[in-house]
Amino acid sequence: MAGSTPASLTAEAPGAAAAATGARSASKAPSTPGREAWRRFRRHRLAMASSVVLAIIVLAVVLGPLLWRVPINEIDFASKLEGPSWTHPFGTDDLGQDILARLLYGGRISLAVGFCAMLVAAVVGVMVGAIAGMSRGSVDAGLMWLADLFLALPQLPLLLLIIYLFRDSLTKILGPEGGIFIMVVAVIGGLRWMQVARLVRAQILSIREKEFIEAARALGASRLRQVVRHILPNALGPVIVAGTIDVAAAIIAESTLSFLGLGFPPDIPTWGRVLFDAKDTIDVAPHWVLFSGGAIFLAVLTINFIGDGLRDALDPRRVL
Amino acid sequence: MADTLLDIRDLKTWFKTDDGMVRAVDGIDLRIDRGETVGVVGESGCGKTVTARSVLKLIDMPPGRFESGQILWQGRDLIPLAADEMDKIRAREIAIIFQEPMTSLNPVYTVGHQIAEVVRQHEKLGHKQAREAAIEMLRLVNIPNPAKRVDDYPHQFSGGMRQRVMIAMAMSCKPKLLIADEPTTALDVTIQAQILELMQEMKERVGMSIMLITHAMGVVAETCQRVVVMYAGKVVEEAPVEALFGNPRHPYTQGLIRSIPRVDRSAEQKHRLEAIPGTVPSLLQPPPGCRFAARCKYVMDVCTKAMPPLKEAAPGHFVRCVL
Repeated sequence: MAGSTPASLTAEAPGAAAAATGARSASKAPSTPGREAWRRFRRHRLAMASSVVLAIIVLAVVLGPLLWRVPINEIDFASKLEGPSWTHPFGTDDLGQDILARLLYGGRISLAVGFCAMLVAAVVGVMVGAIAGMSRGSVDAGLMWLADLFLALPQLPLLLLIIYLFRDSLTKILGPEGGIFIMVVAVIGGLRWMQVARLVRAQILSIREKEFIEAARALGASRLRQVVRHILPNALGPVIVAGTIDVAAAIIAESTLSFLGLGFPPDIPTWGRVLFDAKDTIDVAPHWVLFSGGAIFLAVLTINFIGDGLRDALDPRRVL
Repeated sequence: MADTLLDIRDLKTWFKTDDGMVRAVDGIDLRIDRGETVGVVGESGCGKTVTARSVLKLIDMPPGRFESGQILWQGRDLIPLAADEMDKIRAREIAIIFQEPMTSLNPVYTVGHQIAEVVRQHEKLGHKQAREAAIEMLRLVNIPNPAKRVDDYPHQFSGGMRQRVMIAMAMSCKPKLLIADEPTTALDVTIQAQILELMQEMKERVGMSIMLITHAMGVVAETCQRVVVMYAGKVVEEAPVEALFGNPRHPYTQGLIRSIPRVDRSAEQKHRLEAIPGTVPSLLQPPPGCRFAARCKYVMDVCTKAMPPLKEAAPGHFVRCVL
């Protein structure tokens, strides 16, 4: 998933070195489905470029705050709303705080929210989809009815409602940062599992009828084993793609919440929050809006392209 | 008396459909002794495959159900057995290979992994030992360079090779009975011969029995000791292979044998290959009498009135016909 993308990128360095000899050895190397997919992914230029850009963003937010040691909350009214300069590469905000430092720090939270919400959505979705797909009849119908119900709910008002209801109590238990993080992840993830569930169910319905499942059953694989070891690995391609795109959607959702002032508190500068703070001074300090909006834009765009590349690479018709 | 492994008694496997009950297997008796190869023949849709799947309880329930009967495996009835008990019988006691080698292997795992998985499900083995066992099985089924091929994926094998892998998987726990459900239908003739030879070889090595389901009479003549002819969910004739080919009693069996292409007859005779006219009757409402009556050359009044019983025409030679 998104986690494997940076990993593949680091693996690219020795791969590039071997590329000279690769032409000959590539035909000899055992073509595992994973390697085949990687080969197809590499041919998708936008996805490859996006992987590089996203890797840079991820590295920047992970390592950036260690290298760019400007405090995120140092108030300096003498230099407020300054444009980009050497001391403040992305300029400063209305309190004179360094925007680069804030974006680097906030990016950790924004990306983490996106990733965790995707994980929640994927895990819930795979479980619901697998149960529905394997148990025909009323359980299946009930679960799909539930998914339809969730799909029919207007998401944004619901998000707002849940956050109004539970923000204070969760903040009390887990502290402002942890409490809100968990709530936002749970809410975004909890409202995005339906597509994954439907996808997994559809995949299972088709794969469970394949001969190799019957062969596995005939050779003594229990029902659980059939699902976990034989069906799900074959169903995973589309789920990975959907998951990637869910990361982007979750980042947007978190930004929306923060932009509406309902996500993280102002002292935690997630990208959406920074954008929210910047909107009042868009005429005098456009750099503030541009850099925070640009960060969201770039992250979401690259993730979507990677999802696109993965879809081509993991196309089940080519795997099967 | 030889030691009986599998004894199917009056098995009825019916399927519930919107149109009514389909009596796919309608009261068959079948016995397989240790070390024996039994052929089950008949044309498409006469219940061969359903019989095979019933033995391993691979029938989807619903729509299928066992209406009556017993499947005695070494004296123990499999029908009431719970799913996890059945999982222990599968592969270790009775294994099956299917018709379609191209799609019977999971495309996302190496063949070695798949064989090792079967072994590990039934025996307590470490990863390394299971891998060794997989290599050994691939060697047994004559796959060249098994130590290297064990890490290949199914799509890197040809159809015949995949069927070998399937046999390796099925044989990996040394079952006492191998059910081969048309194992060579999807393969070309030379590969067919190789696969049949391989099964014969494996049988002698491990001392197992084979239930060979096929509609190719030539294959039966080549490999089986005893033959059961099925028609429309019923056993119509059962005999040792020589008796069946030498003196077929049931008109259906006679028709089947006449429809084998003969290479020994000269082409100049321009002999048209004989076929049995008509098709298998609907199993929704089978005719009350002999099910073959509508297609039989020798049909008489009694045939359409009551089902003739299975009677012993000669020692070991049973036939369900009034003639």
